[in-house]
Amino acid sequence: MRHTISVLVNNQTGVLSRVSNLFSARGYNIDSLVVGITDNPKVSRMTIVVRGDDRIIDQVEKQLNKLVDVIKVVDLTNEDFIARDLALIKVKAEPDTRSHVMDIIQCFNGKIVDVALRSFIIEVTGKESKINAMVELLQNYGIIEMVRTGEVAISRGKKVQEEVEKKVKVKAGKASQSYL
Amino acid sequence: MAKQSIKLKKGAQMIVDVLVSEGVDIVWGLTGGAILPVFDALYQNRDKIRLIDTRHEQGAIHMAEGYAKSTGKVGVCVVTSGPGATNIVTGLADAYMDSVPLVAITGQVATSLLGTDGFQEADMVGITRSCTKHNFLVKNIQELPRIMRDAFFIARSGRPGPVLVDIPKDIAASSAEVPIPVHSSIPLSKFVPTPDWDQIPKMAEMIKHAKRPLIYAGGGVINAGASEALRAFARKTNIPVTLTLMGLGAYPATDRQFVDMLGMHGSYRANMALTYCDLLIAIGSRFDDRVTGKISEFAPTSKKIHIDVDPTSISKNVQVDAHVLGDMNAILKELIKRVGTNDYDQWYNELERWNKKHPLAFHQDPQGKVLPQYAIDQIYQITKGDAYITTEVGQHQMWAAQFYKFDKPRRWITSGGLGTMGFGFPAAIGVAFAHPDKTVIDVAGDGSFQMTLQELAVMAEHQLNVKVVILNNKFLGMVKQWQDLFFDKRYASTSIPAQPDFVKLAEAYGIPGYRASTPGQTVQTLEQVLKKKGPCLVEIVVDEEQHVYPMVPAGGANKDMMLSREMEIAQARAEAKVKPITKTGGKK
Repeated sequence: MRHTISVLVNNQTGVLSRVSNLFSARGYNIDSLVVGITDNPKVSRMTIVVRGDDRIIDQVEKQLNKLVDVIKVVDLTNEDFIARDLALIKVKAEPDTRSHVMDIIQCFNGKIVDVALRSFIIEVTGKESKINAMVELLQNYGIIEMVRTGEVAISRGKKVQEEVEKKVKVKAGKASQSYL
Repeated sequence: MAKQSIKLKKGAQMIVDVLVSEGVDIVWGLTGGAILPVFDALYQNRDKIRLIDTRHEQGAIHMAEGYAKSTGKVGVCVVTSGPGATNIVTGLADAYMDSVPLVAITGQVATSLLGTDGFQEADMVGITRSCTKHNFLVKNIQELPRIMRDAFFIARSGRPGPVLVDIPKDIAASSAEVPIPVHSSIPLSKFVPTPDWDQIPKMAEMIKHAKRPLIYAGGGVINAGASEALRAFARKTNIPVTLTLMGLGAYPATDRQFVDMLGMHGSYRANMALTYCDLLIAIGSRFDDRVTGKISEFAPTSKKIHIDVDPTSISKNVQVDAHVLGDMNAILKELIKRVGTNDYDQWYNELERWNKKHPLAFHQDPQGKVLPQYAIDQIYQITKGDAYITTEVGQHQMWAAQFYKFDKPRRWITSGGLGTMGFGFPAAIGVAFAHPDKTVIDVAGDGSFQMTLQELAVMAEHQLNVKVVILNNKFLGMVKQWQDLFFDKRYASTSIPAQPDFVKLAEAYGIPGYRASTPGQTVQTLEQVLKKKGPCLVEIVVDEEQHVYPMVPAGGANKDMMLSREMEIAQARAEAKVKPITKTGGKK
């Protein structure tokens, strides 16, 4: 089954390779992995889409938690969450097909961000399935190039962020520790 | 200005200060360009920390492992960049598999040269990412004291493991004013989960209803310092105990409730108990493939309880019915309060019947070739079970596990998970530094010993009380055993016809050497050398045709053990038709 896992990590060099290394060393398959900074500059969020049975997902979560730089792991699949993927698609737009392509873009709430003589660049965001559907349609007109971000996701409500704030507070408390 | 210079401290001195405050009084290492400033600081603090120079970095890290395994303290090794650092990778992987607390300090090229393919540069943080619990590259001297403190904390907390700290030369050589924190910046909860106490009554209930319960304990019990708690738990409940290879000593081998080691070369009794128990209580063990055999036939009729500190060990290989994570001592203490006793008469009778049917035994012909099992039994008899035993990897290791009876934890020092040949000899040296008044014996094979024998120099220099006992069968015996069974005796690369004269080799290092070729000579020589203090090497020429029994073929069910040579061959042929075995597993 496909799981979307949100991982909060210390924003430090090498964290990404530690996480990706864990996946390759233990043979887990990543569909996509996105990293970005959070509202706290010391913390980054990774959104990892991974496939596997319950036993593998359970191991993925536990193994991630063991990494020193990992603060919190949440399997969003078990929660109410919002997931979005962004794609930039360079599609052929010949004089006779331009209007058809534009219709499709409109249907999917896409935006044309660049117009050339024989092509458009389209920006579209949405669920993975929506973008897949759009791509499938556009293929009929000829996709020249495409780039996708992979899924980013966030749970509804405040739960995860609260946990982080708690942890950060604990760390801040430790700052007043004694020295030799 | 003058005021400031008083507080300025070199990075290398900060490292030494943290080592001292962590209680480190001995480190092993080999110097070189990039680590020079650190060795200089160690030299200047030699009244506080002993620095032992080894002949190879692999020797240094295995010595630190031997020290750590036999004391429970964090072992430390210090080596230079590039080849010095890559030479300890085997030791790191070994320590990672066997959960040994280590801090490895490696030199690195100066920060200005990082990533430029500088002389003796190797990306150690990258190379060791998957064989350390955590690793650090210190890029700023301001971070150095904290990182050093965190390294020790990570190494020893929860499930222990190796931590590498890579220190560029300019960081160690430059000076700064940085306070050294007393505590780690990481909370202990990162490594030791809080137990779910609600599980305890549930477990007690399962124990109460079991008719054929079995405790299956492993190295985690020793790491947690929970051997006493395990004994108390077993005594109170009267449940029989089997141990993994790494767990030997966690429960007294001479105790009435002990039913031997289990697994691939475990006893018939232990593996049958495992197969037919109705409740399996795993404590500090991780359901390794050498223990479970075929997963679908592993303890098939039992409910399973798991007590451990590492969440990833729960239901990784085998699904369990109840588990508690956290401090093993605290968990066992709680559990003891809630369990009663039972005589389990029928169960013990059955265990005894299995033991009588196929005991761990050998028959030494007084006129025949020396049996390796006999040699180990003699070592046990002469030392009265009170020695520290290290081993290399292979047949001799399994025989030592079967025939040396350990009553105390941390006496049995072996490479279990990684199966590192060449581990035992340097490990024995590390043990001898930790316990100078005790007898330390490296039970070695002729193949393994030749992998790290250069450390004879360290043994000679420090006149350590280490006895190297080489059981020489002129073969890589365990692999030969697999070739006998599964490869129609095609001895590809396992015969070792060209060997040094081990006695003369020892003498070349100024160490007394002995050779025994008959059972009589074996006893006589062992008695003679074990009476005396100081280093020595004993070569015992043993029967090369011996196999380790029982044996669960890789991927086979535990109950289908091979118990004799004839049975092995018949069974191997049948197995081979189903599934040819193409690898030699952990027994290199």
